[in-house]
Amino acid sequence: MYSFGILSAAIWVPIVGGFLVLALGDRAGGNLARWASLLVSVATFAITLPLLTGFDTQTASMQFVERIPWIPSFHIEYFLGIDGISLWFILLTSFLTVLVVISSWRNVSSRLSQYLAAFLIMDGLMIGVFCALDAILFYVFWEAMLIPMFLIIGVWGGPRRVYATIKFFLYTFLGSVLMLVAFLYLYFHCGDSFSLLAFQRTPLGTSAQTWIFLAFLIAFAVKIPMWPVHTWLPDAHVEAPTAGSVILAAVMLKMGAYGFLRLSLPITPDASHQLAWLMITLSLIAIVYIALIAVVQKDMKKLIAYSSIAHMGYVTLGFFVFTQTAVEGAIIQMLSHGFVSAAMFLCVGVLYDRMHTREIEAYGGVANVMPIFASLMMLFAMGNVGLPGTSGFVGEFMVVLGTYQAYPWPAIIAATGLITGAAYTLWLFKRVLFGGIVHAQVAALNDLNGREILVLGSLAGLVLLLGVWPAPFLDVVHVSVAHLLQQVSVSKIPS
Amino acid sequence: MHNALSHWSFAIPEIWVLVMACVVLLVDVYVGKRQRDLAFVLTGFSLLAAMALTWADRGQSGFAFFGQLRLDPFTSVASFFVELLTLLVLLYSRKYLLRRGLYRGEVFVLLLFALLGAMILISGSNLLVLYLGLELLALSQYALVAFQRDNVRATEAGLKYFILGALASALLLYGMSLLYGLTGSLNLQQIAVALINVGPQNFLLVLAVVFVVAGIAFKLGAAPFHMWLPDAYQGAPTPVTLFMSSVPKIAIFALFLRILVEGGYGSIEIWRQLFIALVLVSLLIGNVVAIAQTNLKRMLAYSTVGNMGFLALGIVAGTQNGLASAFFYAVVYALMATAAFGLIVYLSREGFEAEEISDLRGLGRSRPWAAFLLLVIMFSLAGVPPTIGFYAKLAVFQALIEAHFVWLAVYGVLMAVVGAFYYLRVLKVALFDPPTEDLRYGADDPLAASVLTVNSVALLILGIVPGALLAFCFHALQGVL
Repeated sequence: MYSFGILSAAIWVPIVGGFLVLALGDRAGGNLARWASLLVSVATFAITLPLLTGFDTQTASMQFVERIPWIPSFHIEYFLGIDGISLWFILLTSFLTVLVVISSWRNVSSRLSQYLAAFLIMDGLMIGVFCALDAILFYVFWEAMLIPMFLIIGVWGGPRRVYATIKFFLYTFLGSVLMLVAFLYLYFHCGDSFSLLAFQRTPLGTSAQTWIFLAFLIAFAVKIPMWPVHTWLPDAHVEAPTAGSVILAAVMLKMGAYGFLRLSLPITPDASHQLAWLMITLSLIAIVYIALIAVVQKDMKKLIAYSSIAHMGYVTLGFFVFTQTAVEGAIIQMLSHGFVSAAMFLCVGVLYDRMHTREIEAYGGVANVMPIFASLMMLFAMGNVGLPGTSGFVGEFMVVLGTYQAYPWPAIIAATGLITGAAYTLWLFKRVLFGGIVHAQVAALNDLNGREILVLGSLAGLVLLLGVWPAPFLDVVHVSVAHLLQQVSVSKIPS
Repeated sequence: MHNALSHWSFAIPEIWVLVMACVVLLVDVYVGKRQRDLAFVLTGFSLLAAMALTWADRGQSGFAFFGQLRLDPFTSVASFFVELLTLLVLLYSRKYLLRRGLYRGEVFVLLLFALLGAMILISGSNLLVLYLGLELLALSQYALVAFQRDNVRATEAGLKYFILGALASALLLYGMSLLYGLTGSLNLQQIAVALINVGPQNFLLVLAVVFVVAGIAFKLGAAPFHMWLPDAYQGAPTPVTLFMSSVPKIAIFALFLRILVEGGYGSIEIWRQLFIALVLVSLLIGNVVAIAQTNLKRMLAYSTVGNMGFLALGIVAGTQNGLASAFFYAVVYALMATAAFGLIVYLSREGFEAEEISDLRGLGRSRPWAAFLLLVIMFSLAGVPPTIGFYAKLAVFQALIEAHFVWLAVYGVLMAVVGAFYYLRVLKVALFDPPTEDLRYGADDPLAASVLTVNSVALLILGIVPGALLAFCFHALQGVL
């Protein structure tokens, strides 16, 4: 309940640092920019650590609150705070930014300082999304984040980067503008306040709830992305540079899911219950149908992109069955996917840096020449499959279990997704890593260097930690989820 | 009102600008040949002094010249902005004019007279005075557009602008005459009182409002009265386009405010319907047709049409907040438009106007700082936070939802997404495409460069701390109803 401005520091240090890196430019062959970015990202991560140590797991109310008027004429406040739901995502964001800076050390050829600056600025903006408690502040972070990502894909992306980045921007922009209208409606409805906490308290009629739920749904469904508005994601992932894919998959997709928890469920509980069938159906389609699409992909990044959509299906499924186990499982699944998808994209990046192709067919027998890489990737593949002992298992198992308590049939359908997941992941793994060495290029591959081992190794540690000992992670979210479910169970329709 | 003439002090900024316009004209006649910069400096000084005088007047209110001119919070704030914008135009254009042999005293005099017209539109309180202000602004602009006499495009644009502009003035004048016939007065306060007895069902009143709104829409450039706009924007020398896209928008909004709110608020139900139609058409035409443009100035012209649609959303709301948000939108739009056209002015040189979108290819590599400013300007125009353009749209939508026009707000945000596409396309060309070999930008004017930097960075800084500007603009409209 105290405030030293930790959250503000976590938002503004990387943003200001990013502009400083931009000002440094590519002097000294970019080394200055590299070390400065590393310093800024590590500092940001260090700033966010006290959030964990100082966090009170016994309360569901907002902590580390900062609240000052920002635009008084519109009653918009600079209102920050976190609870158990947002805490892990802030840490995930700042941690991954460090990894992204390290992994981009050597493999970006042009305009390095601008590249790193974009990631640092995005770091601050993403942390902003996770701790904003004022609707307009939330929206500002939510939208502003698109700008650096737009540039990262557009400037440093692959051959079809322009198409991919404009599609990415317009899809997400279209999704979020309707959310803005919903915010403005809620503002007048709850007596001239943009506070999300006030939104959560205000009573709402049935039709208003439905419309607001749908407006939020479009915004979040695009971001997650859910079927059928997922088509921007494979394009964006394939064209984005490795680090861009990592942030996109590991953090940005989580924002849509976070939006459901922070906005949709507590603000429109009745509509959430009424439309749960829709959400469960869409989630199951993602789990089953998108996973099947993943099986037939020829491009490694595209395969992982589709696998991301399928995995996010478990998350949305978990939210809308409204049981404690399922919601907590969904949050763990979000975290786990943050680690695993980041690691998978980094693995593809490692191969791409060496071979400059992402076609699965171009590989084969990589395990023979890159043993360390192969063993690490093995672990991440198992995490993606959801093997017990890895983080993927905890999340998916809890979601399926929690779903079974409420709806047995959807749980059974969802469980088939685990099998498809195993199919595409293991098949990918087999085709790329096992078998004989297909040609001389593969034979000439070098194994991981120290920098890559550091990045992938730290993620591997987290995947295992979350897999074998999820209790500390769950402790943090427990009370907040219970509070959320209690909010959702109470009708807000005025009698 | 009885000793109103003694309150001429309320009109000091207008008088100052008039006097200085004459002084600049005379100075240029006698020493212009040798010392052209003198006229430039003198004009700049006049504008700065006018801003200071206007600033000193703020907070006061009253009438001057027997109720012909009026000073209220809105007058000072709006006049301050048009003076500031004219100053920006002047600073941006020096090198451009020099290079093309247009650096002549007449330009400065015409600019000052146009500004005077805009100020009279803002402070006028009588239909005829307003009309005089409008014509002063318009005539100065016609001359400015066609100032480059040896340029076919410019003269064509000038002619088109003149003919259609005259038509618009005539429509407006006809509407005013009907209002006079209905109420027997030219004074806006008396018109407001007289309209109470007329009632919104009166056919003549409907006719009058239709003509006035049509005239205003013409001058603003709202569709379907936008035909002159792309040609005039494209044909005019870019500094003139810069002026046309900024100062008149605020001045014409003031004209609307004076006639239809101060005088004709009783007819809100009539003009609201008309503005809804204007919004629907402007947002569609402005945003969709802009996509098809390859010329940057033309694209920005259609973007003006779309933006006037957003501005009109605030007018449709018609509430205190709605009108304030429309005014805020006009100010913000003017700042964005000056930055956008200022960038074109800055990049151009003799024989190369930098006005095709493809001229910006590879700007990110060759001129990273200019590309960064372009990024800020385009995202601000698209209404993406954290730029001030977002708050302009936010204010308008907020007022609209407050007035229960949720469907229009939804239409508006969807059109904003369509609009985002063509701004992104400019960025795509500038940032993602490789530079072409033979392209050499002017971009060597330190004065324009610094003004452009301040102007564009302001769009970003104001987006992070928008509170003061918002309060400043909203305060100006306090008590307008």
